[in-house]
Amino acid sequence: MKTFKGLAAATLTASSALLASSAAADVEIEYWQYFYDARVTAMEQLIDGFEAENPGITVKMTHFPYADYRTKVAAAIPAGEGPDVVQLFYGWLNDYIAADLIQPLPVDTFSPSDVDKDFFPMVQAMKKDGVYYALPTAVRSLALFYNQRLFDEAGITEPPANLNDLIEVAKKLTKRDGAGNITQVGITTGMTAQDHHWFREGLIRQFGGTPYNDGYDTVSYNSEAGAAALQYYTDLEKLHGVTASGFMDEPQAAFKAGRAGMHIDGSFRIGSLKAIRGLKWGVAELPAAVDGTQSNYSSYWVNAVTTKAEGEKYEASLKFMSYITSDAAMQIWLDVVGELPAKPSVGLTEANANDPVFGPFIKGLSYAHTTVFANESSQRQVLVDMVARTDIEDQPIAESLAIAAEAEQKILNEYYAD
Amino acid sequence: MNLYRNLTIKQKQIVWAWTFLAVPVVFYSVIRFYPTATAILISFQDWNLLGARTWAGFDNYIKLWNDPVFWKVFRNTFAYLLIGTPVSLVLSFVIAYHLDKVRFLHGFMRMMYFLPFMTSAVAMAWVWRWFYQAVPIGLFNNILASFGIAQIEFLNSTTNALPAVLAPAVWAGLGFQVIIFMAGIRAIPTSYYEAARIDGVGWWVVLTQITLPLLRPTIVFIVVFSSIGFLRIFDHVFNMTTNNPGGPLNATKPLVLMIYDTAFNSFNMGYAAAQTVVLFTILMIVSLIQLRLLRSN
Repeated sequence: MKTFKGLAAATLTASSALLASSAAADVEIEYWQYFYDARVTAMEQLIDGFEAENPGITVKMTHFPYADYRTKVAAAIPAGEGPDVVQLFYGWLNDYIAADLIQPLPVDTFSPSDVDKDFFPMVQAMKKDGVYYALPTAVRSLALFYNQRLFDEAGITEPPANLNDLIEVAKKLTKRDGAGNITQVGITTGMTAQDHHWFREGLIRQFGGTPYNDGYDTVSYNSEAGAAALQYYTDLEKLHGVTASGFMDEPQAAFKAGRAGMHIDGSFRIGSLKAIRGLKWGVAELPAAVDGTQSNYSSYWVNAVTTKAEGEKYEASLKFMSYITSDAAMQIWLDVVGELPAKPSVGLTEANANDPVFGPFIKGLSYAHTTVFANESSQRQVLVDMVARTDIEDQPIAESLAIAAEAEQKILNEYYAD
Repeated sequence: MNLYRNLTIKQKQIVWAWTFLAVPVVFYSVIRFYPTATAILISFQDWNLLGARTWAGFDNYIKLWNDPVFWKVFRNTFAYLLIGTPVSLVLSFVIAYHLDKVRFLHGFMRMMYFLPFMTSAVAMAWVWRWFYQAVPIGLFNNILASFGIAQIEFLNSTTNALPAVLAPAVWAGLGFQVIIFMAGIRAIPTSYYEAARIDGVGWWVVLTQITLPLLRPTIVFIVVFSSIGFLRIFDHVFNMTTNNPGGPLNATKPLVLMIYDTAFNSFNMGYAAAQTVVLFTILMIVSLIQLRLLRSN
């Protein structure tokens, strides 16, 4: 197989050398990402641009359904069959490094201090022991979606600027039937959707606390600030009655159906909301704390060079990495996929930062934090259960928070033990 | 060739028997035994799908024993079994018993009962999920609200969620059991009933002295079949609670869902394999007990 490949490569090299009479040897590198229509289209555009700039290098893109992605990567790279450049969720970075699937980016091409300076701060989660292992093309953050029609109906002119305004605005948007059942919520809630991010990196910090220590291996939200944040969050339903957790099954469903005044969600929701006909919506930055503190959550998919890439493939892979993390690539990604640029130089251009839809998300990036998860779904479940205990079992806030902190610490301990 | 010729007829029969058995034996080894053995092996290892597998000894089992979620899930799984099996058995018998006596549109009625069994569990679960929602979209709660009755939390409750998820699962399996029962009822020779009628005994005696005793093999079959089904319940639970798989505070989480979650959300393959081995053992014990009961008849 290897010899056959070698032979094929040699033939290719020879024939293209004849055709293009280029001196450089042809290299083909492989790029893998999970399948999502717009992402594939954007990457095809980027590959075309890259190949035009770098004659002699071809990039072969392969994509898989999201469900199979992790397994395929894990099986292919050690077998020497997989990608040279791979896309992965930022939360998987530790696992990928531990499994020796990706290699650090060389400091001469991707100087850590330049990356620190050029990118939005949350990409620092990709730095280990002073070197970067992966870099994103695009990032995601949270913002407040609001239903313009319901705002007009209730005579609200501005989206809420702070957390107190949020309650007042939500009260005006809530509707109930004769029996007192909610038929329209002021704001959607549900820890199962994006609220767990809003709670961790948004509310807790806005109430003066921190969700974790700097290394994200110790839970630190079992504090007064944490309790205040949980109190605020659960009060929306229990005290103010402006929401119902699980209303219309899923928060985004309630918002899409026009039965929710406000909805906190990620930038990836923009596409599907644009597709809803007759829904008039706007976007605002997440409400600040009463003292003006702003905080947001950001997540992203990153690209990394795998341990499979060696020699000239490694060189080509680095060139490709530079290309897909360039300003031009980020603009293409924003235009095609709708995901936010990872660098202020692109994100904060006049046009992008003032875009009515992307703008609030991009502004949110400058004060966004990225949770380093050991196990995102289990850590989310802890918060889901925390709210369920106060909701269904009427457990006091402090007690539920303490149980959650202990449970989450256990997950982190197990993960960082090895 | 000489070797073969020297064999006795008995030995030759054995050779041929194994030759013909080779295909299913290979098939079974590759499809059933190899994965089972691998699962048992992985249950003693740590593996996150990415790196190498490392030996963990009994760590996964010790962790399982000390995991409160596992015991909650264990209780749920048996709750599905102990509520689901008798309820579906009694319901399907009552339906089959009466359906057997219906002459008008008999085939159509039978089809109506069988239809849910043929429907995709996923589609069914999502429709029921919608039925259970709160006002303004939930069918049941909308009906209650229109009579001015307070809403019921079906799925967002630690007490109601499990029965609420179980109900459609029972309903979906009913059609199959009804058909089996009807076949069993029809297999009872009519001469017994004629003799009973000549003796002038009532329907209750006929039911308890003739029908039920003669239906024992059918009943045992349905009990075995449905208990395995309830022990392995997954699709209904998963699809009705995708937002929060396993219901609020794990109220509806069965063992299979826990395995799925551990394996494909937490990527903790060793721990998931240990759970699988436990499930496998439970299924085997339950089946062996039930087969033993069957044999004594």
